[in-house]
Amino acid sequence: MSAVATDLRQVVEDAAAHLYVWALKDIPQDLRDALVDAQQRETSVPGKRVLDTIVKNVQVADDRDNLVCQDTGIAVYTCRVGEHFPLHPAKIYEALYAGTERATLEHPLRSNAVHTITRENTGANVGYRLPIVHWEFIADWDGLDVKCVPKGSGSENMSFLKMCVPADGVKGIKQFVLESIVGAGGKPCPPGIVGVGIGGSADYAMYLAKEAIARPIGTRNSDPIVAELEDELMGLLNETGIGPMGLGGDVTVLNCHIEHADTHMTLNPVAVNYQCWAARRASVHVGPDGSVDFDREA
Amino acid sequence: MARHEVTFPITNEAEILKLRAGDEVVVQGHIIGIRDRTQVRIFDQGVEPPMDLRGAFLLHTAPGVRKLEDGRYEPVCIGTTTSARMVRFTEPLGEQYGVRAICGKGGFPDEAIEPMQRLGMIYFAIVGGAAALETTQIEEIEEVAWEELMPECLWRFRVKDFGPLTVGIDAHGNSLYHDVQAAAQDKLKELYARL
Repeated sequence: MSAVATDLRQVVEDAAAHLYVWALKDIPQDLRDALVDAQQRETSVPGKRVLDTIVKNVQVADDRDNLVCQDTGIAVYTCRVGEHFPLHPAKIYEALYAGTERATLEHPLRSNAVHTITRENTGANVGYRLPIVHWEFIADWDGLDVKCVPKGSGSENMSFLKMCVPADGVKGIKQFVLESIVGAGGKPCPPGIVGVGIGGSADYAMYLAKEAIARPIGTRNSDPIVAELEDELMGLLNETGIGPMGLGGDVTVLNCHIEHADTHMTLNPVAVNYQCWAARRASVHVGPDGSVDFDREA
Repeated sequence: MARHEVTFPITNEAEILKLRAGDEVVVQGHIIGIRDRTQVRIFDQGVEPPMDLRGAFLLHTAPGVRKLEDGRYEPVCIGTTTSARMVRFTEPLGEQYGVRAICGKGGFPDEAIEPMQRLGMIYFAIVGGAAALETTQIEEIEEVAWEELMPECLWRFRVKDFGPLTVGIDAHGNSLYHDVQAAAQDKLKELYARL
């Protein structure tokens, strides 16, 4: 898909509106493949029943042009903004806000956004500090990449943080991930992607865990020590027997992704952010001339 | 593991007692959608629900819907939410209102097992996130009460071939969730020893 326009704010708004609905309806091919692979590997009767239903559901969503899951989540965007992109991030935020609101009202999508104390619904999946946007700024570049990860509450409620101490070592990290996923049981809609953030600070570890779940499935951390830990944890998690929807089985997770940061000598933070089997994500690239390319695999 | 078809609301208790944890079930008839705020209103704020819940099948849901010009609602995307948040309402739903089945995703913790056995109730596990399919099994939204709680209203749906569901907790004291968690805790000890 491609278009050229001069009103960049409007282009970004239109792209955000399309991106949100597209992410909810059309899950990426790497995820489809992982689900079919899980369906073929699973041997428990309830677990197989769950995976058969999941694969059928993805097909029904395609056939009927419907959302894969009713939980439209909270819209979370990650923006990579080039130094020379001609629209200021303040205006990019306005455009993402307006696009999210418009998609919600026009489709219509269920609005999940509420005031956190009164619980009153704000009506269109936007509100105070919603949508949530993370920023990265790129030198010597004139483009904008926006990734939309509308994550449901069932999996987001299964988020865990532990400030391990250095003496706990990597063993403490592994134990915490294992106990978190076993404790979560069927609640986060397994089998999904376990995102782990290690190092940094308390807040940054959780941010990294969220970044990890938004990666294409099965990709590996560029640091070989961390990549090895991803493989090891994925194997261990699939030995727990929690299984699809927590009903018991061989496939508890589709994969385990880890993002890391260097940290203080006294810190050893580990954050777990679960992504359900309906691991929705979609991306768009906007050029400085207003050209738009939607990329389902990024 | 047997396969059954059950029509709700039920009038004959044998329909509940024949079901065993792990069985596959397809549901016909009418089911009632309910969620956090709906149950807070009934039990914490003491407001009587304007629908008859005797023998009912409750679904933990907050549907995505479209309002039509005549005031009725049509389904856009209807799926199921995590049940564990609402476990404390299980006993009063059975005892005060005669609810016989609760359907959701992710299961109930062990505190639900005893009241479900005593009151003859079933927990049905649906596949969370499989809302596109679930929507095709809802023939009509027949009634909506407490619209001001949108989307956490009380909903009555007419369903056809709703499922496949798995009996997660039966009325005989068995829970798949308890069994899976107990086995996983044993397994964790073995895994920790290998780290």
